[in-house]
Amino acid sequence: MLALRFGDRSHLLDLLKAPIASVQDFFVLTGRAVRNIFRAPHYGDDVVLQMDIIGVGSLGVASITGFFAGAVMALQMSKALATYGQVGKTGTLVSLTLVRELGPVLTAIMVSGRNASGIASELGSMKVTEQIDAMRALGTDPEQKLVTPRLIATATMLPLLTVISDFVGMCGGWIIAQLFLGLPSKLYWTTVWQALSWPDDIIFGLLKPLVFAVVISMVGCYYGLRTSGGTQGVGRSTTQAVVASTILIFLIDLLITKIFVSLGVA
Amino acid sequence: MAAAPSILCFDSVTVLFEGNPVLDAVSFEAFEGESRVIFGAAGSGKTVLLKTALGLIKPDSGRVLAFGRDLSTMRERELFEIRSKMGMLFQESALFDSLNIQQNVAYPLLNQKSIQCPKDQVLPRVEEALEFVELAGTLEKFPSELSGGMRRRAAIARAVVTQPPLILYDSPTAGLDPITAHTIIALLIKERDLSHTTTLVVTHRYQDGNLIANFRYNSEQGSLEPVRNGTGRSAKTIFMVLREGRLVFEGDQHRLEQSTDPYICKFVKPRED
Repeated sequence: MLALRFGDRSHLLDLLKAPIASVQDFFVLTGRAVRNIFRAPHYGDDVVLQMDIIGVGSLGVASITGFFAGAVMALQMSKALATYGQVGKTGTLVSLTLVRELGPVLTAIMVSGRNASGIASELGSMKVTEQIDAMRALGTDPEQKLVTPRLIATATMLPLLTVISDFVGMCGGWIIAQLFLGLPSKLYWTTVWQALSWPDDIIFGLLKPLVFAVVISMVGCYYGLRTSGGTQGVGRSTTQAVVASTILIFLIDLLITKIFVSLGVA
Repeated sequence: MAAAPSILCFDSVTVLFEGNPVLDAVSFEAFEGESRVIFGAAGSGKTVLLKTALGLIKPDSGRVLAFGRDLSTMRERELFEIRSKMGMLFQESALFDSLNIQQNVAYPLLNQKSIQCPKDQVLPRVEEALEFVELAGTLEKFPSELSGGMRRRAAIARAVVTQPPLILYDSPTAGLDPITAHTIIALLIKERDLSHTTTLVVTHRYQDGNLIANFRYNSEQGSLEPVRNGTGRSAKTIFMVLREGRLVFEGDQHRLEQSTDPYICKFVKPRED
């Protein structure tokens, strides 16, 4: 009986080994990618190229998401606010929910779907066709050449995309306020502006995308670089990258919000 | 006459994948100017052996010495200098598909610190390497625009552009028609004989090993010619056979053909003298 219990425990430990090793590998890769920001050689061209792919390439999808999020928020909130005769406060709610919550999370999810998968499939294809090995053989550190530029590019572009998405969302809310709620533009934009407090909301609104950017780029790179098993493996890595980054975005969002609420910021 | 210096030495090297040995206590030593032809069934550890020689895979036990330095204890950044003395042709060519052929071939010249090629010398050297593999005129093409044989030749150009003293070829003729396969092996022999490189070739085809052991490049005629008995290269060509990660044979072509081991016999076709 005792032996069986020890056997079960050792079996359980064996099962935990692989996920713990994966988490460790992920943090080691992230640590190296961050360290490489400060180490030569620097691949500026790759950073600019990735900024174009990740940032400019995601501009449309981030704007559309923001627009509809803002419009839907305005519609939903105006209905609730009408109960208290406070339809004029629609701008306040749209502004707060977009800047603090929906803007960062929805933009991150859209960028994750587009870029974590893109990064994982690109690096995964390079891995299975031995291009990563060739890179190492030809004197280049693949983490420095491939991972760090993607980390820098995502960390730069996601906060910018979030700001754009927030603004487009506010415009979506304004269109609803104009067309369906009959709110004067000045009232809407004044409440939108006054709802935001400096610097808390700005820090809150930009810190989240920065953390999400690290998650999206590193999860994409991690799954890409550990790809094995040919084209099927590339597909598997791509799916895993999107699923993992999306779950992590929600998890980290909750964590950051809890910390800020505890600190009395949010 | 002084013995040729050791270029690559495997000292009881074992590599494990998920606890299973893919190289099992492999020991051999390759000397300057030597050609080694490595046979083995799929999954016998041939590619792992080449990648271990290049320091891409760390051995779990044993030592790998390249140019007298122990790769097994070196860090990744330290390995870059040693790797600049080695060229590698990967199994599927491993050309960077986002770069054109010129950028692919120029890659080691621009990225290997110890090469220090002046910028104005990069293009002439790339053109020279591509002319060597008879691919002049493909500078602007992308790998996807080339045939399998042409991709293999472009990858050879990338491997030899820095003129490394040791070149590793991983299945250079796999999946190619006999004519293209012959062209590739002829290029390999040309590179070996013109640059006097040490060469390790992994292959399934006995014809490849036979050509490497018994032919040389005649630079005046620009073609291969058989070596005469007694002065041949065969003495400088060593055959190795891997089986399930173990080195089961190491010796010259004569000994290989005399072997009665059923596994080894599967790789050998008797010569038509």
